[in-house]
Amino acid sequence: MTSAPLSKSMPLKTKLSHTAVFWIGFCVVMALLIVAPLVLPEYWRRFLTEILIWGLLAMSSDILIGYTGMVSFGHSAFFGLGMYGAAAALLIVSPPNLWLAILFGLGGAAGAALFVAYFSTRLRDIYFAITTLIFSQIFYVIIFTWTEVTGGENGLIFSRPHFTIPFLYDTRFSTATLHWFVLSVVAGSYVLLRRIMQSPFGMVLQSIRENEARTRAIGYPVERYKIVAVMLSGLFAGLAGVLYAVQNQFAAAEFVFFTTSGDTVIFNVMGGIGTLVGPIVGAGFFQLLRELLSRIFGDQFPYLIPLGVIFIVMIIFLPQGLLGFARRWLNR
Amino acid sequence: MDAVAHFFQSIPVDLLIIQTVNGVVTGMILALVASGLTLIFGIMDVVNFAHGELFMLGAYVGVLVLTATGSFWMALVLSALIVALLGAAMQILTLRPLLGRDPLNTILVTFGISLILQNYALWQFGPVARKIGEPITSHFNLFYLTYPWYRILIAVLSAAIIGGFWLFLKYGKYGVWIRATTQDRVMAQAMGIPVPMVHTAVFAIGAAMAAASGVLFAPLVGVNHTMGLDWVLKAFIVVVVGGMGNLGGSIAAAIFISLLEAYAAIWVDPSQAVIVSFVVLILTLLFRPTGLFVPTPK
Repeated sequence: MTSAPLSKSMPLKTKLSHTAVFWIGFCVVMALLIVAPLVLPEYWRRFLTEILIWGLLAMSSDILIGYTGMVSFGHSAFFGLGMYGAAAALLIVSPPNLWLAILFGLGGAAGAALFVAYFSTRLRDIYFAITTLIFSQIFYVIIFTWTEVTGGENGLIFSRPHFTIPFLYDTRFSTATLHWFVLSVVAGSYVLLRRIMQSPFGMVLQSIRENEARTRAIGYPVERYKIVAVMLSGLFAGLAGVLYAVQNQFAAAEFVFFTTSGDTVIFNVMGGIGTLVGPIVGAGFFQLLRELLSRIFGDQFPYLIPLGVIFIVMIIFLPQGLLGFARRWLNR
Repeated sequence: MDAVAHFFQSIPVDLLIIQTVNGVVTGMILALVASGLTLIFGIMDVVNFAHGELFMLGAYVGVLVLTATGSFWMALVLSALIVALLGAAMQILTLRPLLGRDPLNTILVTFGISLILQNYALWQFGPVARKIGEPITSHFNLFYLTYPWYRILIAVLSAAIIGGFWLFLKYGKYGVWIRATTQDRVMAQAMGIPVPMVHTAVFAIGAAMAAASGVLFAPLVGVNHTMGLDWVLKAFIVVVVGGMGNLGGSIAAAIFISLLEAYAAIWVDPSQAVIVSFVVLILTLLFRPTGLFVPTPK
């Protein structure tokens, strides 16, 4: 035992300590986020929950932007379909059921994602970005003009479902319990997506990002991988849409509009693509700056002008984003 | 046979002709916008997301100059010049540092610029649409409509600008520089062409074309800070359908799509007629992903 050569035990030790440090860090952040609603005032509690939801949306699009190398400008479609799917479940079924809302929302998002994935993965790079944008506008036009079903410009309003575990437990959501619920969904999604991105499947996606032609030459069906990646991304974006609908108790056409997709891309670039957790940080950074600016200069201040400048400066001088320095470490 | 004859009788021929004229007019404006976009893409692999915002800003500058001077033609020229300068500044400040990086960075940067410009317009000019009068108010009779000559003039002017630009590319000294840079950037540089200057100039020309089309279009529906996104989306569809970087294809696609939308507007609501161009895009992606109006790749 004691005679084990030093050189052999070293790699094992560093690997262990990396995993340990990662999970300790994860637990610390989780603990802070769990305690947060107990100490924060009501307004900031909701604010934090919303950041987590936007973070989940941005994280879902990081699968495409950061890991597969496809910039999606159409995530508002998945988010919106998740929202309207949840709205459908909450309005049709009585009493409103949370799990059914999630199921319906994921179904809606999956449908949209299948449609978008089938057509847009035929194209690469810029063409992919443009076609996802145009597809999301198709969904926007349909939702905006189909007033009898979607409420058109006015959207849909519904009541918040209870938190239920079938046959066991049933309680109303308070802002704190809703925060914990959202937190558990977002954290669960993060762990799951991180695992998927480290799996052989995730490795193939990353090799498509690095060199698509070579990945194809090795024999991987690149198109099929891309379709699955878009669908995976769309599902988690839909989940974010469901959470947003449950928190705010409405579904509105403006969330299917392009600005939501644009915000998602901004969160990704600001936080650092290819890290999964970076987009959440980016969402928080963006929302905090926006809040700060409107507190200092008033509600009428066009906060998107300074944020746009920061965004451009970051692309030119800090293309890796806020968490880019930790990218390798986070993915190991 | 009766049913067929009845179907042909039920087609409103007069409406069809009116909508053909309308479609060609909007198609020419769209071609002017899209040819700037496709030019910028063709020469430096930049997808200019802010192109619609340049269109919108051009229209606003046109409104301002018109109210100051009272001359529409002055507004057209000045607006094109001012927006060209703005475009050159944009290119030097944000796109030049990105040369040689992944083209996706350029779409992100120009998206940021479009955010800034759009919110600036909203902040500066407010949400209410500005309306300006047509510089030529005479009409002619087209069936039961009195059709404004100004719309015909728009189509002719757009065609003249595109045609003049094409001649410049073909025969002008600097036009040859531009084509040389499109074909081979490194070789052009080696032959002594100032490639960074060419890039800036091309961006400025594209911006000027967008601004000119903005001014020309302004009297038809009024100027509003959100009009940029509509136009850039349409222009994107046009350049994908026409084949990106392909000037002739873009012009053909612009007219083709505008005509289809105009015909669709006979039967459905104009806001739903947009879906027709989406369908054209989907069909193009399915069967000719390189573009409808390009030769089949070998």
